[in-house]
Amino acid sequence: MQIKAQWLTDTALLLQAGSQDWSQNHWPQLAAACQDLADCQEQVVGLDSLLLVFGPAHRHLLVQLLPQLEQRLQCLTAQRSSPRLLQIPVHYGGTQGPDLVRVAQHTGLSPEQVIELHSQAEYQVLCLGFQPGFAYLGGLPAALSTPRLDQPRLRVPAGSVAIGANQTGIYPSHSPGGWNLIGQTSVPLFDPYADPPCLLQAGDRVRFIASQADD
Amino acid sequence: MIKLLKPGWQSLIQDLGRAGYRHLGISQAGALDRPALLSANLLVGNPITSAGLEICGGGLQLEFEQPGYFALAGAYCQAYLDTQPVYPGFAYPAQPGQQLKLGQITSGFRCYLAVSGGILTEPCLGSRSTDLNNGFGGLQGRALQAGDRLFCHPANIPPKSLEQGLRTLDFQRPIRLLPGPEWSRFDASALQIYQQPWQIRAQSNRMGYRLKGPKLRLQSQLELRSEPIMPGLIQVPPDGTPILLLNDAQTLGGYPRLASVIYADLWRLAQYRPGDWLHFELVDIALATQARHQHLQYLQRLQALFDD
Repeated sequence: MQIKAQWLTDTALLLQAGSQDWSQNHWPQLAAACQDLADCQEQVVGLDSLLLVFGPAHRHLLVQLLPQLEQRLQCLTAQRSSPRLLQIPVHYGGTQGPDLVRVAQHTGLSPEQVIELHSQAEYQVLCLGFQPGFAYLGGLPAALSTPRLDQPRLRVPAGSVAIGANQTGIYPSHSPGGWNLIGQTSVPLFDPYADPPCLLQAGDRVRFIASQADD
Repeated sequence: MIKLLKPGWQSLIQDLGRAGYRHLGISQAGALDRPALLSANLLVGNPITSAGLEICGGGLQLEFEQPGYFALAGAYCQAYLDTQPVYPGFAYPAQPGQQLKLGQITSGFRCYLAVSGGILTEPCLGSRSTDLNNGFGGLQGRALQAGDRLFCHPANIPPKSLEQGLRTLDFQRPIRLLPGPEWSRFDASALQIYQQPWQIRAQSNRMGYRLKGPKLRLQSQLELRSEPIMPGLIQVPPDGTPILLLNDAQTLGGYPRLASVIYADLWRLAQYRPGDWLHFELVDIALATQARHQHLQYLQRLQALFDD
């Protein structure tokens, strides 16, 4: 397994896959392994990369960092990850999932089948971004893939569970959005005054549980 | 307490921003001109982590409701404490009932106000900075409005004063860039980022400056997914219009990354407004590193001036 590294800015180092055998699951693990690098303030996982943000006083040279990263990579291959599993109750359809019928029509499934497929899958939190606490989830069943709306909504309610093309996610806060809204959860995904502030983090596993009553 | 009489064009409570939360999608926020806020805080004897006001464009008017000290730093504007002129780079005492009135900022764009003891809103995620997009931090996550009252402690002991005022840094020099990860994926049009000046469009804010100039083109189509981005990065969407990201930008983005502003020059971006022209020059990592350490040494010398 190999990575390639280059400076994104003079204080942030971008790591990308350097070999075919690289797996997306390794990014959160490598992020954790890099926490002890000198002056490393942030380890930000992306869909296909990892950014190490150093404090402005750092004195790292790329040529000196590479062996340190290599060393951490070697330890990764020996690791077994045991990510957390979070089960998120979702009220599917109705006024909380106004695009459920649209998804059903596009995929040729019944709304009940959409709910069943969506809630049976196990998803991986690939990374967080776009909004505080917004998790990019991998593992949407291909049969559920539905194009984004032609016109994004000006306001998607907080907690909306949505499908956009071949991805699924939850909007932590209300925002404009162009994904298909199939349900809603009342579990808070982001609270700036809570510790930790976000429910999810990169590397977690997620399951959606169809709930009947309001939570 | 301080009472806002007029907020000016946009005034925000900011400190040095949030660090350590980008992996959760939480932006840095914080003062765009860090040296200016730092200077203002030093002048009133505050820790450099104290929160102050970032005043964009000028026009702020406030009333002190208790005794204290204040200082302005950053862009110059005509300012009065009642009828007494006050200048950036100096600390002044204020008595209850006195009013501070700022005129329009004509050179630069942002100045910073520090008060003794700092503005004391409830910290959020380790910082008092305002996250405008997500509505938290600072005062209710929003720009200040007339009638707002800001909590701070009264102070009667004067801060250490210097023989001379603190000089405002010169922002009007070319902004130095490092090539980005996708630099070589652009065609020769990319060279124009430093071959000519770029005008800041009206649709610009603390998330980023949209730059007006020739379209920048990739050699061939490039599909990028959502990857980590940073303030200072210049990304180029499919329409070819570069966007220079600032502190309130999102933490992930999917556009090609042409170049980034070096750390030592980030503060200068705070002093440009829509309609202004930005001049860039390309440097390498060695020069960027040297400039960064020189910049930090300057900040350390500043702090040393106020040490006992």
